Amino acid sequence: MDKKKRPFSEKTSRAPVSQRPQSFEKTAKGALGATVKVIIDDIELHVPMGTTILEAAKSINVNIPTLCQHDDLCLAGVCRVCIVEVEDQKTLQASCAYPITVPIKVKTYSPKVRRGRRNIIQLLLRNHYGECYSCSKNNNCELQSLAKEYGVKSYTFGHIEEPRYEQDNSSYSVERDMNKCVLCRRCVRTCIDLQEVGVLEAVEKGAETRIATYLDKPLNDVICINCGQCINRCPTGALKAKDPAEEVWAAIDDPAKHVIIQTAPSPRAAIGEEFGLAPGTSVTKQLNTALRRMGFDKVFDTNFTADLTIMEEGTELLLKLRDVLVNKKKIALPQFTSCSPGWVKYIEHFYPDKLGHVSTAKSPQQMFGAIVKTWYAEREGIDPADIVSVSLMPCSAKKFECERPEMDDSGFKDVDFALTTRELAGMIKECGMDLPNLPKSEFDNPLGTGTGAALIFGTTGGVMEAAIRTVYEIVTGEEVPFNKLRVTPVRGTEGIREAALPVKKAKKEWKFLEGVTLKVMVGHGTANAKKIMDMLCRGELSGYHFIEIMACPGGCLGGGGQPIPTSPEIREARAKAIYKEEEGLPYRKSHENPFIKLIYKEFLKEGPCGDLSHKLLHTKYTPRGKWIGKKKVAKRLIAV
Amino acid sequence: MAKYCAVGKRADKDSKEYNICDESRSELLPILEKIQDKRGYISDKDMQQIADRLGIHPVEVYSVVTFYSFLNSEKAGKHTIRVSNCISSVMKGSKRIVREFEKELGINIGETTRDKKITLKEISCIGMCDLAPAVMVDSQLVGRVTTQKVKDIVKELKR
Ligand code: SF4
Ligand code: SF4
Ligand code: SF4
Ligand code: FES
Ligand code: FES
Repeated sequence: MDKKKRPFSEKTSRAPVSQRPQSFEKTAKGALGATVKVIIDDIELHVPMGTTILEAAKSINVNIPTLCQHDDLCLAGVCRVCIVEVEDQKTLQASCAYPITVPIKVKTYSPKVRRGRRNIIQLLLRNHYGECYSCSKNNNCELQSLAKEYGVKSYTFGHIEEPRYEQDNSSYSVERDMNKCVLCRRCVRTCIDLQEVGVLEAVEKGAETRIATYLDKPLNDVICINCGQCINRCPTGALKAKDPAEEVWAAIDDPAKHVIIQTAPSPRAAIGEEFGLAPGTSVTKQLNTALRRMGFDKVFDTNFTADLTIMEEGTELLLKLRDVLVNKKKIALPQFTSCSPGWVKYIEHFYPDKLGHVSTAKSPQQMFGAIVKTWYAEREGIDPADIVSVSLMPCSAKKFECERPEMDDSGFKDVDFALTTRELAGMIKECGMDLPNLPKSEFDNPLGTGTGAALIFGTTGGVMEAAIRTVYEIVTGEEVPFNKLRVTPVRGTEGIREAALPVKKAKKEWKFLEGVTLKVMVGHGTANAKKIMDMLCRGELSGYHFIEIMACPGGCLGGGGQPIPTSPEIREARAKAIYKEEEGLPYRKSHENPFIKLIYKEFLKEGPCGDLSHKLLHTKYTPRGKWIGKKKVAKRLIAV
Repeated sequence: MAKYCAVGKRADKDSKEYNICDESRSELLPILEKIQDKRGYISDKDMQQIADRLGIHPVEVYSVVTFYSFLNSEKAGKHTIRVSNCISSVMKGSKRIVREFEKELGINIGETTRDKKITLKEISCIGMCDLAPAVMVDSQLVGRVTTQKVKDIVKELKR
């Protein structure tokens, strides 16, 4: 894989050296002496020194099966499914972990390889307790495909008859069934290396080895941030998100209930993958039709409240800047975004003393919930008690977020159920609908209009770009000085990105910002969040004003509820789809959304960050600390 | 709250207690060994404190502690009897030796006697294939164990 595309810097990774991506200096193609000859199944090719056998084979479309290898993660070499025969080597070699440094001859399907590979797969199945037809991964399971593709026709070594482990269903977001685990350790590498949360590890040894949490505690009792990244990388059904589909069906089937759904931008750019479309195909309008046919009473757009978030969060930032620069108050700056519930829980656990930096604005999902059961209910004359508010999200952490006890400012549970992309795709399939070929239809109003600025919330850097478009224009009265509003410095896939924007010609009421250079930073994946937080702790971020952090690599479009598999290429394709769709929208700045103007005129009359906004659209955070067990930092909520 | 800030300065009490010198993860095993020697087991508090100091995650410490047979994550008795369960010991009847110990001590394998004196465990390789079945009593190796030797060992420890 192209090294540049790896989501995280290999140099700064804190993972043990053995778990880090192996990197070799690769000289440019054709350079003298830099390539080495390799013969794979009688095909001769020259590859840069240090290329693994697996990579070399891929480049000539020779398929070698893998299990523990994943493009986002460092090498592990633990499953041995990828074995090949290397001439003059006594034993079969793991091709994913074999860098080519001298000319070699490789056979990828000799009798010895075929037999060895089949044995390995059968040994994996020996301990695998699961029935495919009731499994969440049925038809999308790497273990299942391996068995099918590599000739497993019986359980040569037997098959486990009884489950060995209890399922862990304690978490609001992630369910673990270790009976289906094949010990590939992708989840371990994801949680430790990619996310730096460190919830899962292999414990014990030999036949007793299992993936466990600290002291084998239930997932809900440890420091899991519910990001679901481990789910996206698990090759089997051992990890899955908690699925509320049955409850949602029950609500739809109940004629007394008014069931609405809000759909977030990134699922719309990805759900097509579940129906066989190539990554990066948006099916927003077909999805609207599907949802209506399923029986949702109204189909709304989370982008509406994403615009609202920009208004609230942007205003909050400007007010803070005024307090600091004019009133000389001591206020925690830079301000961090708060849209990503995985990130919010991360900072609650790992940097509870820095919670004052986090914007108090709720995430778009929760703002939506609060607005539906107040403004919308009132306008339509519906009793909020009869409204069931469902959301379609790319994210498993949204399930935890909507269960937070403080998320009831409408007087009811603001959002009743959060469905992930995968779960909704399942429901659509259950209805026999062929999503890509459905007719197109629009969202319902008043909560169905969002701007392009809101749409790009789905990708890393999007919230920042949206905020810059609005804040800059509020302050100067002019559009951001970028071609076609593309704030390119904050776009891209680098783990941490920065931008600086000098303010010239500030309007009268914002004169104090004249000459100030707004400095912003964007980070995605909590491993990068950790780096940013450590900079903050060392006092290196004093000149910065606003920092966007998304818990998931790539932002929401790489969320833990998105279609599986995931890889840097797939995430890039989804991002492209979102940026493309954005440029075709009539409004591309949050403050221009006519329904945003309407809600501030009709309902939130004191404007952004007014009293009603504060009651409905802002929240408090809980300093949780990272101590696992009895010792808590504090029980109270911090009002910031 | 500096305690929760990854780079904040901390009181140095922990450093002394755990003998931490350069705060790198390669120090983990020596630290664990020392605590095991001192207290006989590595407690929940120890694991989390060490993880915090070395900048790793508690679950990684737990993983290491559970991996090594000579590290305990729970309080053990004053003495520990470890019966080898490697293949040559098994062929020479280590299962019978285990049963014998269980009978003599009145506990199951993996448990500690009620008076907290003796813990009984199984262990893999202790390098005594030639003297199988082998048993380790605290740090002492005993080879060619018979039912009579089991009785002697237990009597000796109970004194
Ligand atoms: S994890 Fe895969 S192989 Fe196992 S039951 Fe589920 S679908 Fe089947
Ligand atoms: S959901 Fe995220 S934090 Fe929780 S175990 Fe999985 S990767 Fe780790
Ligand atoms: S839970 Fe899934 S990702 Fe983790 S080790 Fe098991 S099979 Fe692999
Ligand atoms: S894929 Fe190569 S060892 Fe697992
Ligand atoms: S293999 Fe028997 S003691 Fe090592």
